[in-house]
Amino acid sequence: MRHVFLDHQSTTPVLPEVFEAMRPYFTEVFGNPSSLHQHGLRVRDAIAKARSQFATLINAESVDDILFVSGGTEAVNLAVKGVAYANQRKGNHIVVSETEHPAVLSSVEFLEKHGFTTSKVKVNPVGWSDPADVRAAITEKTTLICVHYANHDIGTIQSIQEIGKIATEKGIPFFVDAVASAGWLPIDVQTMGISLLSLTPHRFYGPKGVGVLYRNRRARLVGVQHGGVQEGGRRAGTENVPAIIGGGLAAEIAMREMPTRIAHTAMLQKRLWEGLKKTIPYIKLNGPEPGPQRISTNLNLSTEFIEGEGQLLLCDMNGIAVASGSSCVSKSLKISHVLAAIGLDHALAQGNIIMTLGKDNTEEEVDYVVESFQKIVQKLRGMSPMWDEFEKGIIDSVIKPTGRGKSFSEHAAAVSGKAAH
Amino acid sequence: MSDTYTLYNSTVMDHFMNPRNMGDLKDADGIGEVGAAACGDIMKISLKIKDGKIEDARFKTFGCGSAIASSSMATELIKGRTVEEAMSFSNQEVVSALGGLPPVKIHCSVLAEEALKAALEDYQKKHPLLHTASRTPQLQPMAV
Ligand code: FES
Repeated sequence: MRHVFLDHQSTTPVLPEVFEAMRPYFTEVFGNPSSLHQHGLRVRDAIAKARSQFATLINAESVDDILFVSGGTEAVNLAVKGVAYANQRKGNHIVVSETEHPAVLSSVEFLEKHGFTTSKVKVNPVGWSDPADVRAAITEKTTLICVHYANHDIGTIQSIQEIGKIATEKGIPFFVDAVASAGWLPIDVQTMGISLLSLTPHRFYGPKGVGVLYRNRRARLVGVQHGGVQEGGRRAGTENVPAIIGGGLAAEIAMREMPTRIAHTAMLQKRLWEGLKKTIPYIKLNGPEPGPQRISTNLNLSTEFIEGEGQLLLCDMNGIAVASGSSCVSKSLKISHVLAAIGLDHALAQGNIIMTLGKDNTEEEVDYVVESFQKIVQKLRGMSPMWDEFEKGIIDSVIKPTGRGKSFSEHAAAVSGKAAH
Repeated sequence: MSDTYTLYNSTVMDHFMNPRNMGDLKDADGIGEVGAAACGDIMKISLKIKDGKIEDARFKTFGCGSAIASSSMATELIKGRTVEEAMSFSNQEVVSALGGLPPVKIHCSVLAEEALKAALEDYQKKHPLLHTASRTPQLQPMAV
């Protein structure tokens, strides 16, 4: 069977040269960078190099602004909680976009239980936060603004530079979660007015188990994990040396290959969406059209009258790895909060599939996916009472209303005795 | 890595990939359609009943893999049972016949039980004289 990996938003394979670069740091060069002898000093040097590779990727002023942590989630937790607690005397208010990754939203929720307040900035139907709304949400007590760069779910690119200007003007630290975009979108923390930024190399062909928090020296930050004096006292714990070394190299390669990777995935993204749109009726793209407003790797689709988990399973059985934001897929039985935030109809959220491209996907693979996915949709529609009822005019399509029948949501509420959502 | 890993056990996967009794019955004697309050999914079961016995059953499901597998298994299990026997059908039977479902997916099998009972209610409503004697639990069926 053919294997097509279309879940690069979850993770990516480690580049062979990155793996080779990491290898000695498990066995020969095994020292702890905190040690003062040859073994430690040698590793310290290698880590310094990785720090500068990451600094280059995002154009940080200084290598000292790069903190190594265990992953994207920890970078986010440190940024949100670290800045909130460091500035507690100044204020207790956080401005956050409602489509942030759960790492951000859950950190903020934690803070809400400890005396902080938040304002959630709404998004428009394609998932974009208006910088004017960010400005309007700021109060005298605001000590942190959190807006991600590209959305992990629907690929919307936020207007970071404009929000950065507002943050700089108001003198408020601006944290950008770039876990879903680093390595895939050019980032310049200086011109974009970013004070803190999170990323992880496993999203761009580096290893898991390491994350980076960029923090410029003007943003005060307290550590949230206590112990030894690693990372300038801001993050206790022995460094994951091989992952840091590999991550640094992955960052260097991502920087070099970024234009090619973007062009390649953008071409595939267009081909895939055009192909699906042409062969499958009642399919919708969530988020902006492919182009400057959307990250080149992401397609978030809703296929009407069928549910997402079935699509995911059948894709998998055809060798195609995808993700879904349907409630049946989630452990909490809730649709993705991003799909809810853009106001997507419950029926469409249930039919959600997320395909994320990588540098190694090919046109041939994309064509195979279009062909297989069309059959999968057909098979599931054949099993769905909704498709049948749509054809009989009992319920109507949300994507292309015919004016016949009730809406799916009304119908679902009638048969379950409860409103959807 | 040549093994195929699956989210569900092989029985569930089999019923999902090759569902039994999928479709509608043209001259069904009872049809039940219900929705899951938990995730918003929908299941429909149609029955052909003769002399108080379920002769044939079909399902259509808008839902996850376990919902499809549950409806496939439920229709298999109830064929040949009397209406009265079928009225005490429980989702537990589906779960065990499938060799278990993940805890978060148990409600999908409940959907199958409810769809079946709604279809039986519909049948009894359409054929009141045939079944005046049988007592049935109070349900709110939705006939289509
Ligand atoms: S039908 Fe939604 S979780 Fe099974």
